[in-house]
Amino acid sequence: MSTLSTLAQTVAQQAELTADEAKANAAATGAGLAYGLAAIGPGIGIGYLVGQAVQAMARQPESAGQVQTTMFLGIAFTEALALIGFVVFILLKFV
Amino acid sequence: MFAALTAIAAESGDEHPFPGIRELVVWPEALFEGTAFGFNKVALISLIAMAVPVVLFLIAGSRAKQSAVPRGVQNLAEVTVEFVERMIIRQAIGNDPKGMAFLPLLISMFLFILVGNLFGIIPTAHFGANARMANPVILALLAWVTFIGVGLKNHGLGYLKEALFPPGVPKALYILVTPIELISTFLVRPFSLAVRLFANMLAGHILLVTFAWLTTSLVTGGILAIISPLPFAMLVAFTGFELLVAFLQAYIFTLLTAVYIGGALHPAH
Repeated sequence: MSTLSTLAQTVAQQAELTADEAKANAAATGAGLAYGLAAIGPGIGIGYLVGQAVQAMARQPESAGQVQTTMFLGIAFTEALALIGFVVFILLKFV
Repeated sequence: MFAALTAIAAESGDEHPFPGIRELVVWPEALFEGTAFGFNKVALISLIAMAVPVVLFLIAGSRAKQSAVPRGVQNLAEVTVEFVERMIIRQAIGNDPKGMAFLPLLISMFLFILVGNLFGIIPTAHFGANARMANPVILALLAWVTFIGVGLKNHGLGYLKEALFPPGVPKALYILVTPIELISTFLVRPFSLAVRLFANMLAGHILLVTFAWLTTSLVTGGILAIISPLPFAMLVAFTGFELLVAFLQAYIFTLLTAVYIGGALHPAH
């Protein structure tokens, strides 16, 4: 009888632990997904943007300076989305 | 093969677990502990980042009085001024003489962020001042107040009208356009400025910590020490990359501030 109750207690403890662990697991999975998903769009966007900028600079080398500045601006705007994803990752994982 | 490696890794134990986020970014306070004026490593780095440009320009200025031929430190100061003038103000504000009035603000901003970021890769410091949210937030608020102030000063309340009700839009669309413009101009701009700088520097810091931690734990991990040069090579590569990021983020922050100021000076475009 006492063995049974000990067993029940252990199971209960384990269940409690796994509940905590499940929460941590869900947070970690969510954090990973958040960052991974947030990186897709800006990845495509920055690739397209820089590709087009290189094309523009190759066609008109004399406007390279202007194109470069605009490219950096565009990268900054596009990248912000990925960085917000990174901040969400930090918030989910650590806070 | 992989199972064997995992077994070895498990055997060597988890003596040095990966540090938590608190260990990575929170430093104990050396002075005024527990008060709002707690002085820790980040505050010290911020102070140095403030002092270095001031000293640089004071020395360069005193040199310039002695002789007109630039030498040493004076060259560095002149290159910085020229960079901010050509790459930031001319590009973002244009040849407007009003734009040159923002040269001191933009140079201070650029150098403060750059020196603060560079501490992220300077050994023994290894923490960028902008990897804590406080610095980027204050800088972004400064940029925010500046561009709104410039708009109000140059165009009065017409600036707000121009910003919220852009001309050339059908009247009925203002229901849609005005809230979007309100959010994007007055809320998202400072938020994204601050988050961009902060997240870039924090991500760089965590990257460097990850590879440094991996290297040391492999070196002390028995037979796994033979693959420790791989993360070490990554660590060196990422240190170089962080140098680039430190410069690029200072440039982008200053450039965006200049773009916002330029937009407030000439709301037509």
